Amino acid sequence: MSRIQTCFDALQAQGRKALIPYFTAGDPDKANTVAMMHGMVEQGADIIELGIPFSDPTADGVVIQQAHLRALKNGANLSWVLETVKTFRETNSTTPVVLMGYLNPIEIMGYETFVETAADAGVDGVLCVDLPPEAAGRFRSQLVEKDIDLIFLIAPTTTDERIGKICSQASGYIYYVSLKGVTGSATLNTEEVSQRVQHIRNYTDLPVAVGFGISDGPSARAISSTSDGAIVGSVLVKEIAAAAQAGQPESAVGRVGEKLAAMRTAMDNG
Amino acid sequence: MTNNNNGLTEFAPMPNTEGYFGEYGGSLVPEQLHQVMQDIDKAYREIRETPEFKKELQQLHSYYVGRPSPLYYARRLSEHCGGAKIYLKREDLNHTGAHKINHSLGEALLAKHMGKTRVIAETGAGQHGVAMATACSLVGIDCEIHMGEIDIAKEAPNVVKMKILGAKVVPVTRGTKTLKDAVDSAFEEYIKDTENTLYAIGSVVGPHPFPMMVRDFQQVIGEEARDQIQELEGRLPDALVACVGGGSNAMGLFTAFLNDQDVNIYGVEPAGKGLDTPDHAATLTLGKPGAVHGFKCYVLQDEQGEPLPVHSIASGLDYPGVGPQHSYLKDVGRVEYISATDDECLDAFMTLSRKEGIIPALESSHAIAAGMKLAAEMASDKVIVVNLSGRGDKDADYVAQRLGL
Ligand SMILES: Cc1ncc(COP(=O)(O)O)c(C=O)c1O
Repeated sequence: MSRIQTCFDALQAQGRKALIPYFTAGDPDKANTVAMMHGMVEQGADIIELGIPFSDPTADGVVIQQAHLRALKNGANLSWVLETVKTFRETNSTTPVVLMGYLNPIEIMGYETFVETAADAGVDGVLCVDLPPEAAGRFRSQLVEKDIDLIFLIAPTTTDERIGKICSQASGYIYYVSLKGVTGSATLNTEEVSQRVQHIRNYTDLPVAVGFGISDGPSARAISSTSDGAIVGSVLVKEIAAAAQAGQPESAVGRVGEKLAAMRTAMDNG
Repeated sequence: MTNNNNGLTEFAPMPNTEGYFGEYGGSLVPEQLHQVMQDIDKAYREIRETPEFKKELQQLHSYYVGRPSPLYYARRLSEHCGGAKIYLKREDLNHTGAHKINHSLGEALLAKHMGKTRVIAETGAGQHGVAMATACSLVGIDCEIHMGEIDIAKEAPNVVKMKILGAKVVPVTRGTKTLKDAVDSAFEEYIKDTENTLYAIGSVVGPHPFPMMVRDFQQVIGEEARDQIQELEGRLPDALVACVGGGSNAMGLFTAFLNDQDVNIYGVEPAGKGLDTPDHAATLTLGKPGAVHGFKCYVLQDEQGEPLPVHSIASGLDYPGVGPQHSYLKDVGRVEYISATDDECLDAFMTLSRKEGIIPALESSHAIAAGMKLAAEMASDKVIVVNLSGRGDKDADYVAQRLGL
C-alpha cells in the first residue's frame, strides 16, 4: 500500500483530517529545506507538498511566484529537489512527499529518468499543474509502474463529465481548488466548497483535499471538516519570505511551524 | 500533414481537434483554465462559419483597417541589393500600423459574441496592446494590457496610445520584465475571472485554440499577397520572408503558400548580439522542444528546463517560445528558419528608410535584413515577398538615440 493511502487510512481511523503544507524547495535557502520538511512533520503535517522551482508558475499568485524565483536564485532545480527528498527519507520513512510543479523541467529530464529517480528518492506522488489528464497518458503509466500517485486538480469550473474523467485517472487524492483565482487569493465560501466536495465524492472513493485560500486555524478547520484534508501554501510561504527578507533563513522553520501548529490544533479540536 | 489526391502535401487542415500540430501545441493549462479554453474553441468554431461574422470582419478589413494592404515593388531597395525583385507586403499601412489589428479585431468580436465584458492581453512592443485597445474601443469592451516594465520604458508612444484608447496598462515588474513575464502576468489575471474575461493572446502561441485562431485571422495577409503577386508578376514568388517572434505575421503570410512546393519559405528569428552569445531569441534555431505558457514548442531553455532570459533589439521578438505550427514546419522542413542580428536589423531599418522612404518596425526590419541578403544571392528574374509587418514610428526615437542621429 502506498504511503499516501496508509496515511489517509490511519487518519480516518483516528477521525482526523490531513494537514498538507506546501512550500517551494530551496526557499528560503537550500540548506534549510530538509529541516523545513522535518519541522512541518513535527508541527502536525501529514503529507508534504514540495514545490519544484520554475520561473513561470502560471497558476500561482505573487507570493508563490516570488518563492520560485528565490529558490531558482539559490540554485535549486529538479535534480536537487529529488536529492533533497532522498535526504529527508534517511530519517523519515512514513510521511508522504508529493512533488508539485510544472511540466517543462520534467519533460526535459525525461519521464523515465524522472520517475526512476523519484521512486528511488522516496517520492510518493506528483502533481503537474500544466499536465492535464488527456496529455498525461505516457507519464502516468510510468508513474503507475513505480507506485507513484499522479494527483490532479479539480476546479470550480470543472464539468461533471470532466470530473469523471479526472477521477478515473487520478490516484492518491484529489486536489480540489476551492477558489477561482491563483494561489494566495482571499475569501472562501465554505458552504460552496462543502457541496462541491460532496459532489466529487459521487465520482471517486479517493480522499478529497482542498486547497487555495486557507490562511489560519479557523479556515483550516472549516475546510477540513467538509473534506479529507486542508492544503496550505501561501500563508506559510509568506512566513518564509519574511524570514528571507529579515536575512534569517533559519528562522523560517520556526515561523512556519507556529502557523502549522495553530492549524493542527484547530483541526483536531473540532 | 496529409496527402491529397494530387499527392501534394496538404498543410492547411491543422491542428487536430486537440490542438496538436504534429507533437507541438495542445492545451497544457492548469485545470482552472481548461473549461474556458474549450468554450473559446467551441465559440470560435461556431462563429467563424456564420455569414454575419464573416461579413462583419470583411467590412472592418475594408473600411476600418484599410485592406487589402498593398503589395509594393521596392525598386530602389532591389537595385541596391542587386539581385531578385523585392516586394513588400505593406501591413505597416494597416490602421494601428501593424498586422496585429487583423487578429485583434477577430478576438474582440469573439469576446463580444461570448458575452465577455473584458479583454486582457500581453504585449511586447506594444503593437498587440495598441491593436487590442483599438479593437476593444471599437466593439465597446474593457481592455487591460500587461506589459513588462522594460518594454514600457522602450515603447513609450504605444503606452500612451493604449491609455488614450481607454485601456488599463498593467506594468509587469517580475522576472525578466519583458514579454515572457507579461504573458505570465496575464495568465494570472485570467485565472481570477475566466467567466467575464477573454485573454486575447497576441500571437500564434498559447494553448489551443489560439495558435489556430490567430493564424486564421492573419491568413488574409497571404491570401491577398498570393492574388497580388499573380496579378503583378503573373506567377507565384520564389521566396517568402517574414520575421518570427511568436510567429503570427509569418503564419499569416505563409499559410496560403504552404502547399506551393516551389515557393521557398523563410522565417527570420532575432539573433540579437549573435548566436554565439547568450543575448538572442532564436528559438527555432537554437532551442529544444519543451512546454511553456500552455503549449509544446521549441523553447530556449537551460538543461534543467528553465526558459532562458532572451534578448532582441525588437521587443516584439523577445520571447523564449514560438508558435507550435512553426515548430512543426521546422521539423518537416517546409520552412527554413534563419536569423538576423541586432546590427543587421538596424542596418535594414536605415536602408529601407533611405532607399524607399519607408520606416519599418524593428521586428519587421529582421525580415527586411534577411530579404536583402537572400535577394543579393538570387538572379534578377526571381521574386521575393517580404512581410513588412509593421511601421517603425514606435522605434524612431530608440534608433535615433542608438545611432546618434
Ligand atoms: C510589427 C511587428 N512584427 C512582428 C511582431 C512579432 O510577432 P509575430 O511573430 O507574432 O508576428 C511584432 C510583435 O510585437 C510586431 O509588432
